[in-house]
Amino acid sequence: MARRAGIGLRGIGHAVINGVWRLGYASRFFGLTLFRSGTTFRRFGLAIREIYFSGVLSLIIILVSGLFVGMVLGFQGFHTLERYGSEEALGVLVALSLVRELGPVVAGLLFASRAGSAMTAEIGLMKATEQISALEMMAVDPIARVIAPRFWAGVISMPLLAALFSAMGVFGGYLVGVVLIGVDEGAFWSQMQSAVDFREDIINGVIKSIVFGIAVTWIALFEGYDAPPTAEGVSGATTRTVVTSSLAILALDFVLTALMFRGN
Amino acid sequence: MTDDILVEFDDVSFTYDRRPVLKGINMKIPRGRVVSIMGISGSGKTTMLRLIGGQLNPTSGQVKVAGQVVHELDSEGLYKLRRKMGMLFQFGALFTDLSAFENVAFQMREQTDLPEGVIRDLVLMKLNAVGLRGAYHLMPAELSGGMARRIALARAIALDPMLMMYDEPFAGLDPISLGVIGTLMRRLNDALGATSIVVTHDVQESLKMVDYVYYLSEGVIVAQGTAEEMKHSTQPLVHQFVWGEEDGPVAFHYPMAEYPQDLGLERARG
Repeated sequence: MARRAGIGLRGIGHAVINGVWRLGYASRFFGLTLFRSGTTFRRFGLAIREIYFSGVLSLIIILVSGLFVGMVLGFQGFHTLERYGSEEALGVLVALSLVRELGPVVAGLLFASRAGSAMTAEIGLMKATEQISALEMMAVDPIARVIAPRFWAGVISMPLLAALFSAMGVFGGYLVGVVLIGVDEGAFWSQMQSAVDFREDIINGVIKSIVFGIAVTWIALFEGYDAPPTAEGVSGATTRTVVTSSLAILALDFVLTALMFRGN
Repeated sequence: MTDDILVEFDDVSFTYDRRPVLKGINMKIPRGRVVSIMGISGSGKTTMLRLIGGQLNPTSGQVKVAGQVVHELDSEGLYKLRRKMGMLFQFGALFTDLSAFENVAFQMREQTDLPEGVIRDLVLMKLNAVGLRGAYHLMPAELSGGMARRIALARAIALDPMLMMYDEPFAGLDPISLGVIGTLMRRLNDALGATSIVVTHDVQESLKMVDYVYYLSEGVIVAQGTAEEMKHSTQPLVHQFVWGEEDGPVAFHYPMAEYPQDLGLERARG
């Protein structure tokens, strides 16, 4: 019994040490990525190319999801507000829900699944097929040449995608609330305009999406770079990217919301 | 005389995850030669290439390239040294998002300020040297295994390296491609005035083109000599390897329990 407890304790200790070690390794990787970002800014074409892959190619899923989320918000919001006779506030409800929360969070989750997983798989396969080794042997720093441009592309793409998600969501809410149900169009837009504060709501939403962009891209690139060079290793790393990024987005969202909106 | 030595292993040991991979390796590779490191899979051959390229550091001893101790170099010094090295990876390691032309041009664009016109001419010359000038526009996915290996060879010689390293260059190739790659390796080494290290377990093909052979077994150099000496070696390990014999010092069977015991016959009898 005591022996089994000892083995169990040792297992827990081993897992904790491994977790701390991996977190330290990931932090060092993050520091190196920032430190070696000079090439990305000197040759911004490298980042533009990656913005196309992680940002532009994610547009369809972001726009379509934003539209549907906005339409659902339109229906749900109308039914709740109707009880209190304040259907005109539908625009405010849709806009604030999207700009403060749903835009950054859902766009972040979609970005992690679409672009984050692709980044992990690409870097993991580059490692498995010795392309990363080939770069090193050609005296080209893989962190500066491969990782940093992808990192900055993710950080730049994420707030843009979140903004487009929110804009498309507002349009979806308008389609359902105004065009389909018949909420007054003037009230829908004017209440939205007067209630949504640029600094409090929009800037805070943008800050959230930038933080999510940093977290998702960092996790995705680290998992790819650290993936064992086998089919199983790359597949496991891709799964870990989606799971860890999603949890990180939700946890960070809680922390940021608590910091940003606690006094309101 | 030491000026003639390009790569030197001085009592080099390397341990990975507490497992000794290389044990006290001493080796000197003179300039201009094509030297092969042979041995069965897992004997530590590729580790030796990674030590030369500075991708791994020895646990003890030192690896010198052109008189410089590789693991003592800072990252700038190491990158400067690597610019004088070319490496052909086992399956080419071509960048899959770049065409054959762009793969060969990659290092020129990254390491030099050459104008586009000069890069174009140099790339076409390198591709011509491996017989694939006409395939410059193809993507790696459109190339056969042999063609991909030749494009990777053109990429490896892009900056006219002083040292070429080949990691299993013959793996998975058909006999024609195998012959072509072997001939190209020898021809390019002599034309560039380079030195080549070929890590391989393809005996017949490599013995045709190398000057000297080191035979590695379980992290130790157990035999060395010219290709002819290796062919006629009576050392059981080398003989088994060169002639591809099924059983010998390298046993056919992985260590195991007695057959009847594994089949459960002894228990049934008892």
